[in-house]
Amino acid sequence: MSSVVGNRQVSAGLAVVALFACVALLAPGLAPHSPATQNLSEDLQPPRSGHPFGQDKLGRDVLSRVLYGARVSLLVGVTVAGLSAAIGLVIGGVAGYAGGRIDDLLMRGIDVLLAFPGILLAIGLSAVLGPSLRNVLLALCAIGWTGYARLVRAEVLSWREREFVNAAVALGAAPLHVLGRHIVPQLLTPLTVQITFGMAAAIVSEASLSFLGLGVQPPTPSWGAMINEGRSFLLVAPHVALFPGLAMTLTVLGFTLLGDGLRDALDVRRIDQ
Amino acid sequence: MRRYIVYRFLLAIPTVFGVVTLVFLLIHLVPGDPVDVMLGETARAADKVRLRHQLGLDRPLPIQYARYLRRLARADLGRSLHSGRPVRRMIVARYPATLELAAGALLVAALLAAPLGIAAAARPGSFLDALCRVLTVAGAAMPNFWLGPLLILIFAIAVEWAPVSGRGGLAHLVLPALTLGMGMAAVLTRMLRATLLDRLGDDYIRTARAKGASESRVLLTHALRNAVLPVVTVLGLQAGALLAGAIITETIFAWPGIGRLTLLAIQTRDYPLVQGCILVIALTYVFINLGTDLLYGAIDPRLRTRQ
Repeated sequence: MSSVVGNRQVSAGLAVVALFACVALLAPGLAPHSPATQNLSEDLQPPRSGHPFGQDKLGRDVLSRVLYGARVSLLVGVTVAGLSAAIGLVIGGVAGYAGGRIDDLLMRGIDVLLAFPGILLAIGLSAVLGPSLRNVLLALCAIGWTGYARLVRAEVLSWREREFVNAAVALGAAPLHVLGRHIVPQLLTPLTVQITFGMAAAIVSEASLSFLGLGVQPPTPSWGAMINEGRSFLLVAPHVALFPGLAMTLTVLGFTLLGDGLRDALDVRRIDQ
Repeated sequence: MRRYIVYRFLLAIPTVFGVVTLVFLLIHLVPGDPVDVMLGETARAADKVRLRHQLGLDRPLPIQYARYLRRLARADLGRSLHSGRPVRRMIVARYPATLELAAGALLVAALLAAPLGIAAAARPGSFLDALCRVLTVAGAAMPNFWLGPLLILIFAIAVEWAPVSGRGGLAHLVLPALTLGMGMAAVLTRMLRATLLDRLGDDYIRTARAKGASESRVLLTHALRNAVLPVVTVLGLQAGALLAGAIITETIFAWPGIGRLTLLAIQTRDYPLVQGCILVIALTYVFINLGTDLLYGAIDPRLRTRQ
């Protein structure tokens, strides 16, 4: 644990992620204006007192929308990473522990899903299901669990041959008990690291879908949609796209630093050394 | 090597089959009646019947699937609902633009990653190494749908070095290729630095140094040659992923490629075109991965014997 506490990357990443989470949770109290209130006579106004991040094409306060946008990102990040990890844990655990045909079948299914590059399948699913936050969550979970399943399967394969697992089996423990009680606790470290990266990936994916018009729908503020709206006014009002982009980059940077730091600090081989 | 090639091809068959099946099923995930979604609920009943028949949706699912596979075997991807043109022709017309963009992005990534990764590995812990690490973390964290507008703002609007959008020569390619290639450059730089540092600790490097080889020769001739293998694999995997990233980059820069075509098809609910585009992008990705595997097998004989 001391290796985690003393890690500079973990500290920096955690500070940014904590700030992002606080902003998301406290947005109603922090936002100076309602994110949906329009003021058409003040459209595309630059940053100034009262509107530190300026106003968008409908005269809405960009700062308030950036703060509320963090709520969507946090919700998507936590939900997609959590659900994907849970699905991946079950499927990867079953595949790794059962082995044989069940493993082959599940792994071939995962290979097919992984044959779609990056966000393409989520774009296809969002396109047919229709744009909404619920469908974004569905689409991202549908593609997100495969990485966790592969990780869990690989870990289960390495743990199931250990002596303490063999001892539990020899004592008559049921497969589900062996998996849940003896193997899964060993997976928490790699899963934690993967979830950290998964949250960053989910946040970027949601913003990408919203940028393409396939995600969260107006007037709900989403950083991706805000950047897309601001693209048309780069010349006259660059602040409309600039601030949500900065918020997004900072948040992803925080999760990346945290994930990198945790991976380094929790590396079992390094701790043993 | 022949056995290895056959093995890899056989392994790709179920994946290709799965991709085709999933793309076929995509249209059946549409909530409610896909024809209602495509034409709108107020469309005439006769038009709905005609479209349902045209798409084969009035038949049982297994028959639709068999018909889909038969048509695919003839490289027939159906017709666009809006233009009425064959989907295959529309994709073929756009495909070179996407390949050009992806090649440009690969070049940008390689040109940035090679000097940065080598320089960082040559002086680990130095200011240059720290700067390189900051740049790679920031580069990876910056989503391309924000980087693109930022580059337009700086290089196309403020200093007017490059055109804002469109395709037509090297000047038009620079900003889209930078946007698409930056994330990949960050990944490759980190990878190259890490593998170079690993190799520099190997015994054969110590031997080269003991024999009096200069530091640049040790780094560029001995270490780099072996460090480049894992980088090639990542390069191949990332090259496929560029195709998905192209959807966003092409949208930002109005680049007339398959990515932009996909988004236009989605916006107009032209499902045969959506299916065709997604299928072609996914199959390209599968074949790029296959090519990377074969290339890696050709470079590293240990992989061939392991199969």
